[in-house]
Amino acid sequence: MRTLSVLLVCCSLFALSACQREKRDLRPSPTRLAIFGDAARESSLRPGGPVQPQPVVTNPYNSSGYDISEGQRLFDWYNCSGCHAHGGGGIGPPLIKKEWIYGGEPANLFDTIVKGRPNGMPSWGGRIPEYQVWQIVAYIRSMNGEQPRSATSSRPDSIETNPQNILQRGTQGVTK
Amino acid sequence: MQKRSLALAALLILSSCAGHQQSVVDPAGPQADRIAALWWFFFWLLVAIFIIVMAFAVWTLTRPNRGLEQEPLEARHRPSEQKETQLRRIVTGATVLTIIILFVLLVFSVGTGKAVSELGNKNNGLAIEVTGNQWWWQVQYLNSDPSQVLVDANEIHIPVGRPVLIRLRSNDVIHSFWVPNLHGKRDLIPSRVTTEWIEADKPGVYRGQCAEFCGLQHAHMILYVIAEPEAKFKAWFQHALQPAAAPSTPITQRGQQVFLNNACVYCHQIQGTTASGQNGPNLTHFGSRRGIAANTLPNTPGNLGGWILDPQTVKPGNHMATIAVNSQDLQPLIDYLESLK
Amino acid sequence: MKPAQDVLPNVPTCEQDIADLERVWRHPRGIGGWLSYTTHQAIGMRYIVTAFVFLLAGGIEALLMRTQLALPNNTFLGPDRYNEIFTTHGTTMMFLFAVPMMEGFGIYLVPLMLGTRNVAFPRLNAFGYWMYLAGALFLYWGVFTNAAPDMGWFAYTPLSGPQFTPGKRADYWAQMITFTEVSAMCVAAELIATIFKQRAPRMSLNRIPLYVWAMLIQSFMVLFAMPAVMIASSFILSDRTVATHFVNPAEGGDPLLYQHVFWFFGHPEVYIIFIPALGFVSAIVSAHTRREVFGYTAMVLSQIANGFIAFGLWVHHMFATGLPQIGEAYFTASSLMIAITSGVQIFCWIATLWTGRPRFTTALHFVYGFIAIFVLGGMTGVMLASVPLDLQVHDTFFVVAHFHYVLIGGAVFPLMGAFYHWFPKMTGRLMDEFIGKLNFWVLFIGFNLTFFPMHILGLKGMPRRIYTYPPEAGWGPLNHLATIGAFILAIGGAIFLANVFWSRKYGRIAGNNPWDADSLEWAAASPPANYNFEYLPAATSRSPLWVPPEDRTFVTGLRNDRREVLVTTLMDAEPHHRYVLPPPSIWPFLTAVAVTIGFAGSVFNAWYVTWGSILTGICLIGWFWPRRPLELEP
Repeated sequence: MRTLSVLLVCCSLFALSACQREKRDLRPSPTRLAIFGDAARESSLRPGGPVQPQPVVTNPYNSSGYDISEGQRLFDWYNCSGCHAHGGGGIGPPLIKKEWIYGGEPANLFDTIVKGRPNGMPSWGGRIPEYQVWQIVAYIRSMNGEQPRSATSSRPDSIETNPQNILQRGTQGVTK
Repeated sequence: MQKRSLALAALLILSSCAGHQQSVVDPAGPQADRIAALWWFFFWLLVAIFIIVMAFAVWTLTRPNRGLEQEPLEARHRPSEQKETQLRRIVTGATVLTIIILFVLLVFSVGTGKAVSELGNKNNGLAIEVTGNQWWWQVQYLNSDPSQVLVDANEIHIPVGRPVLIRLRSNDVIHSFWVPNLHGKRDLIPSRVTTEWIEADKPGVYRGQCAEFCGLQHAHMILYVIAEPEAKFKAWFQHALQPAAAPSTPITQRGQQVFLNNACVYCHQIQGTTASGQNGPNLTHFGSRRGIAANTLPNTPGNLGGWILDPQTVKPGNHMATIAVNSQDLQPLIDYLESLK
Repeated sequence: MKPAQDVLPNVPTCEQDIADLERVWRHPRGIGGWLSYTTHQAIGMRYIVTAFVFLLAGGIEALLMRTQLALPNNTFLGPDRYNEIFTTHGTTMMFLFAVPMMEGFGIYLVPLMLGTRNVAFPRLNAFGYWMYLAGALFLYWGVFTNAAPDMGWFAYTPLSGPQFTPGKRADYWAQMITFTEVSAMCVAAELIATIFKQRAPRMSLNRIPLYVWAMLIQSFMVLFAMPAVMIASSFILSDRTVATHFVNPAEGGDPLLYQHVFWFFGHPEVYIIFIPALGFVSAIVSAHTRREVFGYTAMVLSQIANGFIAFGLWVHHMFATGLPQIGEAYFTASSLMIAITSGVQIFCWIATLWTGRPRFTTALHFVYGFIAIFVLGGMTGVMLASVPLDLQVHDTFFVVAHFHYVLIGGAVFPLMGAFYHWFPKMTGRLMDEFIGKLNFWVLFIGFNLTFFPMHILGLKGMPRRIYTYPPEAGWGPLNHLATIGAFILAIGGAIFLANVFWSRKYGRIAGNNPWDADSLEWAAASPPANYNFEYLPAATSRSPLWVPPEDRTFVTGLRNDRREVLVTTLMDAEPHHRYVLPPPSIWPFLTAVAVTIGFAGSVFNAWYVTWGSILTGICLIGWFWPRRPLELEP
């Protein structure tokens, strides 16, 4: 009886991990914690006023397969791939790398997308809803292997090589 | 008494089939007509066969004692040779009859299939390309002249009496184009093009629905085929080719500003403005559409407001982003979109 | 000590023989022993009980679906949950209930009907069961961790591909298939070997009971069809886990390839479920009308034809994909042709009922229910075979109605009849006839109330797999009726369970042959001893137990100090040699654990294939380790 209950507890712990991976939060609030563009301060220097304590913001969609998949879709829909290709970079820097100029933690990536960065990264804050920015952040992290393998889609999203597919899709954008 | 009530029940059931939108037995076009005719032929023939087979089966319930036949059965668990021969003849006869009937059904079926695919003078046809997306229909009226190509969403207008070629493609998963009043269904398969000819005999609005499971909102991927007399169709088409009407009142102008300054432009296009997102439905003439969100909701200002503010409650899982729109911006936006007639 | 058979009155039972057999065939003790059982009755019962549990699970899922669909715009279930539930319902019913249940009955009944002591490969039998159980638990582990599959039980790509079904849902589904198909192939292999080589002496091919023919044909079908679904599910699994592109169109794969391979399995699958049920009907009809089934040769030949033709129909599931017309015509013809083979069998049974002395037991009630429901389902099947008609009603509730008519009518009703017919053999007590007849009527009425309106719903344009519908579509009243019917069906299921539990304790004691039936399983005790028969009977007629007792023959000379069976020749079943079966063994269970580690782990990390293979290799070495001392003089 005791072994059975121990087994059940262990199994339910397993279950919890799956809960995060399989979570499908279909109706997110459009503005979650409006920490807009200050998710991770790159520097503690602030003009005027006393130094504020750093807010700690984590990605609410960490390890969620559905949200990584949504991030993958949005990466194309919002044409991130136009500058960054599918992680390899082009006009913009690659997104699969170890050395991130502005930091590779989820909060840093969030800031980059929301605030924009010098030399061409547009500011998407106020445009792309915050929850979608977090989904894109989760996807970028998954490209770098920072998300559990089981939640990451296996589709490598390589550059489309099949001319038929390119011609068929015409102006409708790169295949997702 | 029993027979009469059975007949009445049958009549009630069958009558509930007729005269309905999206009904297989209420054809409005030559293809659906031929198919419905085939349906009734199959139906009555197979009902008759079913009744005959069941009659035999029920008759066996009434024959426990067979008099003389009991003796061999008691002793050897088999009836007499004579009985067995008689049975052999009957079963063989029934089998032969079955084969003949099935062959007849085959001939009629293949004949109807051929006829349905050859209906209509194709030279006079119209070509429309329907691209399936999760969970809406993109409609493009093809023409060799690029200025005559129209892009629309979730509604198809066709002229009455002319065959229309529907070219079907998919951008993501397999969907299925099905307007029962007009024709059977055809799948939309990514990486392939499938085709189907449809034609409407009389004017009307025919409801169709995606008929291949395509994900979370398969239930809400509805389209309307609106068949109009030729002249009316041409007038509609010419109007639809025009870019969106410029907003004429301060409120609608404000609404257009709201639209263009928000994330709406990342997915939607409105011809005549700078909005040319390719991911979502074309909204150029949104105001004259019957429904919102692939006809999940009727197109009314109240529904539109709810859809813009909270698409995920209306159609959970769909790909429209939940965007925070200010309360002062919402009414102008609704007014603007509804003004796009 | 009660003898294992009392139908050979001229044979003096030898107490010593019985004691030896009891000792040699005794089940091992303890938990380790329970995991090592290799007798076919035990494993057959395990299959039956486990499959029944999954029937209940699938039934609960169905009730949830019907509750959601009872009203338009209902909010009982959201789209995600509904999609998970209908997919799990279909998957459970097809893979975890229907096929294993039929196999379980086959494993239980075939050796008894053939007059032998066990199946040909007892340890493979055990291994097959553990694999089935592992696969079922694996899938339901996913179900309870929010990873239930949600892409439909046939999981069309690209919806089931890596882009459109994120997470592990489709992976659990795909790998469960691997488990259950390995299990099915094990059972098929051993049944074929048993039926071909372990029959009672003189049981030539034309004396094999019709149920055993059905299991033989079904087993061959399994061998040819199951690899196809394993390939199809492996396409999905490898596309999702290791970025292959078999069926992923975004990378050059072909979604129709998946459909072809899947339906090449999928169509024979329904006949794999249905053909053993036809065997049940033959057995019940002959016993309860007290005459041989009419037209034995026609029955056998039409079942074999059924098995062959079933492999030539699969494209009728794909008529809407835009195939060339000549192909469509061919598949229409073959789909119509299979109605002939089923029709011949119905005619033969009606002829039997017509000229027999029917005893209107519950089992025979279920046979009549089968005829009514299955023939109606067959009629709608003929309609679906026609391409123009199919193009209108494909993927609508008309199809849902059709396949429930042929599967519930054609397989579950005979299964219910089989329960009532063989319950006395399995437990030694008869089921209550009054409750049984009540059970039949509740199920019959509930079933028709649930599924008949669906024909009309399909014609009125209601597609399948929609989690809700608007009130203006006009589908509300019929859906409501169907939901009421579903709950009546559930009551019928509850009545059945009540009857089972009550009859196990208080049912009338059955004796060996309460129905005065003709096949050899009724010569064994009720329930049979582990060794089935003290002396193996010979079969001098198609209905061995209707031969007068003084003319019945039996076999002596098998050793009783080890597990021995008689192997006979293929055509005429002349005794050929004695074959020693292995004693109970834990290795099938351990091998199943090793294979499970490999299969289940590989869904998450490909390295588990390696670890699993190594462990499996070790277990197989243990399994096949030769026993000492080797027999020189058998």
